[in-house]
Formats: sequence, structure tokens, C-alpha cells
Amino acid sequence: MRTCDIAVIGGGPAGMAAAVAAHDAGIKDILIIERDEGLGGILRQCIHNGFGLHRFGEELTGPEYADRYKKMVIEREIPYVVKTMVLDITKSDGGDHIVTAMNSESGVFHINAKAVVLAMGCRERSRGQLNIPGDRPAGVYSAGTAQRFMNINGEMPGKNVVILGSGDIGLIMARRMTLEGANVKMVCELMPYSGGLNRNIVQCLHDFNIPLKLSHTVSKIHGKERVEGVTVSEVDEHLRVIPEKSEYVECDTLLLSCGLLPENELTKSAGIPLDRITGGAVVNQNRRTEDKGVYSCGNVLHVHDLVDYVSEEAELAGRSAAEYVLAGKKEPECIKTVNVHNAGAVRYTVPQVVDIYKEPKDIKIYFRVGAVLNNATITVKCGEKTLLSKKKRKVAPGEMEFVLLTEKMLGEVDSDIIVSAEN
Amino acid sequence: MIYDVAIIGAGVVGGLTARQLSRYKLSVCLIEAGCDVALGATKANSAIVHGGYDPVPGTLKAELNVKGTAMMEKLCEELEVHYKNNGSMVVAFDEEQLEHVKKLYQRGIANGVPGLSVISGDRAREIEPALSKNIAGALLCESSGIVCPYDLTIAAVGNAMDNGADLALGFKVVDIKDNGENYEICSDDGAKIQARYVVNSAGLYSDEVARMLGDEYHITAKKGEYMLLDKSEGGLVKKTIFQTPTKAGKGILVSPTVDGNLLVGPTSEKTDKGDKATTPGGLDTIKEKASMSADNINYRAVITSFTGLRASCDESDDFILEISKHSKRAINAVGIDSPGLSSSPAIAEYIAQLLSDAGLKLEENADFCGRRVNCKHFRTLSEAEKNEMIKKEPSYGRVICRCETVTEGEILEAIRQNPKATTIDGVKRRTRAGMGRCQGGFCMPFVTDIIAKELKIARCQVTKTGGKSRLLFGKTK
Amino acid sequence: MNIGEKREMICINCPIGCLLTAEMTGEGIKVSGNTCPRGEKYAIAEITHPTRTLTTTVKVANRDDTYLPVKTAEPISKEKLFEAMETLNSVEVNAPVKIGDVVFSRVCGEADVVATGNVD
Repeated sequence: MRTCDIAVIGGGPAGMAAAVAAHDAGIKDILIIERDEGLGGILRQCIHNGFGLHRFGEELTGPEYADRYKKMVIEREIPYVVKTMVLDITKSDGGDHIVTAMNSESGVFHINAKAVVLAMGCRERSRGQLNIPGDRPAGVYSAGTAQRFMNINGEMPGKNVVILGSGDIGLIMARRMTLEGANVKMVCELMPYSGGLNRNIVQCLHDFNIPLKLSHTVSKIHGKERVEGVTVSEVDEHLRVIPEKSEYVECDTLLLSCGLLPENELTKSAGIPLDRITGGAVVNQNRRTEDKGVYSCGNVLHVHDLVDYVSEEAELAGRSAAEYVLAGKKEPECIKTVNVHNAGAVRYTVPQVVDIYKEPKDIKIYFRVGAVLNNATITVKCGEKTLLSKKKRKVAPGEMEFVLLTEKMLGEVDSDIIVSAEN
Repeated sequence: MIYDVAIIGAGVVGGLTARQLSRYKLSVCLIEAGCDVALGATKANSAIVHGGYDPVPGTLKAELNVKGTAMMEKLCEELEVHYKNNGSMVVAFDEEQLEHVKKLYQRGIANGVPGLSVISGDRAREIEPALSKNIAGALLCESSGIVCPYDLTIAAVGNAMDNGADLALGFKVVDIKDNGENYEICSDDGAKIQARYVVNSAGLYSDEVARMLGDEYHITAKKGEYMLLDKSEGGLVKKTIFQTPTKAGKGILVSPTVDGNLLVGPTSEKTDKGDKATTPGGLDTIKEKASMSADNINYRAVITSFTGLRASCDESDDFILEISKHSKRAINAVGIDSPGLSSSPAIAEYIAQLLSDAGLKLEENADFCGRRVNCKHFRTLSEAEKNEMIKKEPSYGRVICRCETVTEGEILEAIRQNPKATTIDGVKRRTRAGMGRCQGGFCMPFVTDIIAKELKIARCQVTKTGGKSRLLFGKTK
Repeated sequence: MNIGEKREMICINCPIGCLLTAEMTGEGIKVSGNTCPRGEKYAIAEITHPTRTLTTTVKVANRDDTYLPVKTAEPISKEKLFEAMETLNSVEVNAPVKIGDVVFSRVCGEADVVATGNVD
């Protein structure tokens, strides 16, 4: 059987950053396994700019950002395979993991890996999951599918377009399709606020006078063969459609940008516990899952707002995996394990578990809130002790936030940690 | 050329009839208005092979259901169609319903259904732990099963074609002329097909075709909405769980599918023949009623919802299978609603017999091969088998649909094998590409590419399901 | 803008998204609603000379069915976006081409258009 020290599942921004960090931490025997035709993941089709401000201090497009990491992979001569699908991850008798993969050249093959980094990314919520009633014509696409058709294949997926969901991909596609000559009639958002970044609302919608209809949804799809129109309805405070406040909007295309879901089928089949809210694995601060030797990072762990944070997290996971392998498959000495809980408007945290090591290091706890808060107070408590409290002008569901727990604070932790955001 | 038999309508009945007739030295043409087979009532239904305790004894439904169900396993084996004899239960929530369950048991015995018993609520929960504690008792039927109706139809048509039958797609019959010896069947765009005998198995439109033959029936479309849940939920129940039919309706079933998903539905509502829309009310009804049978249905895992249409005949509750009253060489198969799928293998034989009664000579075709050489879904093969396939044809190593692990090789085969897939939905029904949790979000552009290349057409000419259902409007530049 | 005229906009510099009001006065543009100096700078730029980086694709002439992602090397005037699109939709490039290669000079007389992807 083929062996390697670290197998990285997925060659997108997370997988590449994890592999590079693992390499730099001293592990050379790495294999990146990618299902698409080349490294880069979804960034290959994200031709818009706005990537890399945190990571590289400049504004890059998706393909440029991906290329920076691809160059690092190539410079380090880190092996990778493309057009290769991982089918299964199981435990070996020796405590390693066996990755089963398949491609046209090698057929089905197995790799014994001392550590595995999961970096499979996420997928978009589909029409079926949204349960939009009506006909089932051609012309209903998730925004990412339309993006691939346009940017990779050079094909026009629609001319008169309604977009449901104001997630960033939907906003980006509103601009992209407008620039290519389509008439984007409106973007409907079920919630009373947008899930997208301000900058995208301004530059993708306001710039082109595309209305953003908050508290609106598509309540029916019309058209037997191709989409002919949609019913757009206002919703009440319980997000229920108000039938009297509905209008028919003629269009040939409906794009859906209603949220991303981590793609954890492999994780699940490997028996690794998932967080119900994030849809990703439960991890500690090193992004190690509950399964020793398996790490998770990027959008497969939780959906990030910026790729820069994906890279940062993936480097942490890659480095941790490398340290684990270098230590002879051992983790740092741990005094105590505590859970991280949410309170107030906080919907989830990553990590969900903190291992208090004998020699602790600073930890960033990322979180997202479930509602827009102005002048929020963010606190981190451990029992009665307040470890940290800070004010924030505004927190919104569309943006990831974090709190930094310093070495010193971690020294005081003796029970579970609670992260809260309140008005 | 003049065909011996033209079959109008390529649903499960037409498809299996074509296969049945290809056993004989006959030239057969299967005519279909749609761009593919199995697009009508066959496309979307409960996918259940019923035991046969439901139809009134003495009816054609009773006879053909029990016979058809008994034939199903062997038929599916020959055609390499996935069939599972998973059994079913009709659950009762109170004494009154329990009485009805006992009546169904009596009916089943009269119809000759094997493997029936009435069990207690506790026994029912022992067999299916997910069942509600409110269940007072149930009819257990060991002989029922599940099958994918379009899978069966595609395989049957493919096998008929491999044995020499022709398939005319996109042929919407608008007129049938009889010169006493041959029928001239005319399409809406002026094409003509001639045949000595005609079988009308046009499902929802079988009344319209019958009218062209001089016979008067009325078909009412009944709409049933369903929800399909992710494979993660497919294990909730092993058997198909029906509710006891009441005056309020037949109830909602909860069933695994042969592909491992969980199906809940259907509603039942009269509608137009073209209406396949789902409704918010329908989906809410399903949720509410299905939750009576089983407690833990995880509606967060719904991957799609859809509507099926049933072709019910106003004139008769029973199947109508008879020689046309006005046109002696034509057979009408009208009002094939539930249990049409279960009965279909027996209906096909019955129709062949009717043709013989009408004067068609059925002479055995020694070359007939009933086995369909089909690539079994790649993902079900052993590792050694997979590697052998990939070595022979590397495209089997390239996964296109990641949710269902469908490879390029399977998609190519679906496009090349009879009856050939030409659309996104055609590929989806044959291979399951796009049928998983992302519903084609990732693979649709790839499948579009493969179809365009294979059929040598531009990408923008690829359709979802024929006609004007184009995916794309042409190049951006 | 004429004197006395007002315009509202959302600041894009940070997640707060301040609702800015810019008013033309006799002494120039007066900005309110901002919480930091970046807001003022942004509002003035948006009124005097709003610019955007354009990203799109161009066709690769010598490769089958291949499109190259491109961007303007610097932001261009916002009102020239569609004009630039029209120009670029008829531009074809020849592979090989790599990130940073200029594929069109001074689109709309304002900025070079450069490749943001590689085609071998």
C-alpha cells in the first residue's frame, strides 16, 4: 500500500495552505488529493477581486489568490494528484488512517496516512432543500453553478434574472451577469438583513440599481420547460409568506444564493462527530477532530466569509498535523479539556473544544452571531470569571468574528468556556 | 415500412409491452410524445410493488397486481434493475382503523396475496422501532417490494430495442386513420407511422388516443406530491409504511427507496394533466401526516420535492384493458393508476394476449434475449471489478457526480446505450448524476459538457428535458 | 452635484457600513454619518470620481473553448464599466498567457487589462 505522512483531502485554498504549512513545519511526505482538473478549488471560477487583503496585503482575484498558493506548493515540490476522488477514510489497525481514492490512471487505490487533513470545502443549498414550490423547469441554478457556466465555460445561463438570497456569491453574480448583458431584476432576501458584505451590496447592487428586497422570498416557480417567472412574496416576522403581498415577476432564470453547507459526507462516513450548527467536525484549537490524527479546516469545517481566514485556519491545521506526526503521532501534553459554549447572539464557535496544554499558546476562537447587533458586548467567561470583554460597534451574521484567548487567560481556565455577544 | 404493432406511450406499461412483444417475430414501434421514455405517470410515483390486498377481489386490478408482483423480482433480475422485497405495513391508529386493516387482510387472502398477517402495535414497533407509539396494530405484508419505476421502464425499452423494437421519441400522436388493414398514426408535426395493430398505453392521454380510435373515456389527473430525503435518513424504516385508508384519503406513506433515500408522500388532488407543480400546502400536509406514522422524520434532510400524476379513469375504478369497441385491431390500456407499476409485467402479458385475440399471430422469436447487458451502477461494484472496468475504460475512474459517485463512464454509457439519454434529466434518471444532495449544483456543467461532446451539439443546445428547456443562452463572447 | 444637493451611501470600508450623507456646500463636499476619516474620504471619492476594478473574461483564440480571467490593473471610472466590457468582449488573446500579462492596453484610455489566470 502507498503510504504518506499527511494526506490532504482537497486542493482548494484550505488544502494547499495546510500542505504548505505542514511542509514548512518539517513534513515532506505529503499528498494532496483533488477531484477537479487542477488545484485551486472554487477560487478558479471566482474571477472577481477582493481576495487576499489580509493575507497578502493586496487585492487579488480568485484565480490569482489560488495561484499564489499553487506556486508555494510547486516550489516545495509537494506531491498532488488531480481528477482524483476520495471515496472513503477508515482507520488502520496501526492507528493510522487509510484513504481510499479513485482516478482513471490508478483505478481504486489506498493510501496509509499518519495524519489526514480534511479540506473538501462546501456546497450550495439547492432548490430542493429550500423547498420552493412550483414547476421544475430549466433555468433554476445555484449561483455557483451559474458562475462556473459563465466564467469557466463562457456560457450565458440567463438573460432576465431574479436572485434569491443575498449571500456574497449571489451578489457577485448579480454584477457579473449585468456586466455580461443580462437584466438582473432583483435580489430577494428572506431575512430583514443581507448575509453579504457591505462592499458587495454597494458595488454589485447599488452600482447597477438592482433592488435588494429584504424580507422577501420566491414563493413559487412558474414555467413548464424554461423558467417563465417567479412569484415574489413578502414574509412576516416569522418568515412566513404573506400571500396578499405577492407579485409575479417575469424572468427566465432564478439564481439561488441561500447559504453554503460544509461537505462532510466523508467525515461522517469516517464516524467523526459533527457540530449540528456548523455542519462541520467538532474540533479543538488545533483543528483536530475527535478522531486522533484527523484535522479539518476551511469551509468544510465552517463556512468562512473571507478566503484569507480559510488560509489562516488551514495553516494551523497543517502545522498541527505536522507536529503530531513529528512527535511520533503524539499530541502536546494536555492538562484538561474544556468545551466552548455559545450564549446570547452567538450561534457557534470554532473550536468547540479547547485542550489546555501544559505549555499553552494563544488561541483565536472564531464565532458567528445569529442576528445583527449594534454596540455589542462580547464576553468570554469561565465559570464566574470573565476572561475577556470587549465592545464592538456592529456584529452581523454575514461576518466572522473572533476573540483572542491569551496564554495567560488560558492559565485561568478551569471549566467550560462561554462566549457570548449581547446588546 | 408497416410495423406489426405500434405502441403509443412509453411509460412502464408501454415499455414492458414492447419488451413482451419483442419475444415474438413482430416488428414493433414504441411511440412517445416526450423526449425520453418514462416521463408521465411512470416518472414520479410511490415506487412501490404492492402486495395486492388493496384491490377488490375479482377485479383486473386484483388479478394483475398479485400476478405482476410475483413476476417482478425475476423480471428485475433479467433487466438488471434494482428491486428490493422489503415488505410493507398498513398501520392503524385506532380500533376503527384496525377493523379496516382486518378487512384488507381478508381481501388479500381472497386475492391470493402471500405473506400476510395482522400484528399488534408492539410487534409493529419491534419490527420498525421508528414507528409511533400511537400505532394500535398493522397489516404486515411480506411479499411487497420497492423498485425504481423509470429504471424499470428504461431497462424494458432498452431491452426491447436491443431485440429489434424501434423507439420514436418526440412523436405526439394527433390522429389515427384506419384503412381496414393498417393504421396510419400521425404526429403534430406531420410525421406518420404505419402499423397493423395499435396499443394505446398513453397514460394520462390515453383518453385522447382512445378517442382517435372511436372510444370514449375520460381520464382525470390526480396529483401526488412527495418529498425525498437524503440517504442519511434512508434507514429510518426498512419496510414501506402505509396508513390505513380513511374517508379523508389514502394516507401518507413513509418508505425507503431502492437507492437508499427516504420517500414521504403522496398527497392526492385532482388537477390538470400538465400540472406538475409542488405547492406549499401539499408539502405541509405531507409533513404533518407522515409524522403520525414515524416520530423522527428529519425534514432538514429533504433534498427535493416533486409531484407525480396518476391517470384515473372516470368510467371505471378498475383497469380498462380491452380490444377497442370501434377499431378491431387496437387495444386500449386506460385508467392504469395504482397498482399500475406493480401490475405492469402482468399487464404486458395481458395485452399480448388481447392482441392475439384480435388476430395478431404471436410466433416465438428464437433470437430474443431477455437479459439486458447493463453496466451495473459502478458504485455497487467490488474494488476488483471497478479496477477491471477502469483499466478497460479509464472514464470509469473519473467521478463526475460526487454526491452519488457517478463516473464519466456511466454517463457515456447512458448516452450510448438504448434508449439513449439526450438530456440532463435523461442522464440523471439513468445514472443518478445530479440526484444527490447537491441536486446537480456541481455536476450539471460537467454533464452538459459530456452530452454536448457526445451528441456533437453546442452546449447551449443541451436541454434539461427536451423542447424549450434549454439550460444556456449561448456564449458570453 | 449642485450646491445644497445631498446624496446618501453606505460606506464599504468596514463591516459597520455607516450610512453616509454627502452634501455639496459652498466650501465643498461635507460628509456626515461617518465614524472615521476613511468614511469621509470614501464619500468624497464616490462623488467626485467613483472608480471600480473591472473583472471579466476574454476568449482565448488558439485554445478550444477556453476563457481567460482578466482585470483592469487599476480601477477605472465607474461610468466606463459597460464601455470597457464592450471593448473586452471582442478582444481575443493567444495562449500561452500568464498572470500579469497585459492583454489590452489602456481600456477606455484609463488602465491596462491584465490576465489573472494562466493558460498554457
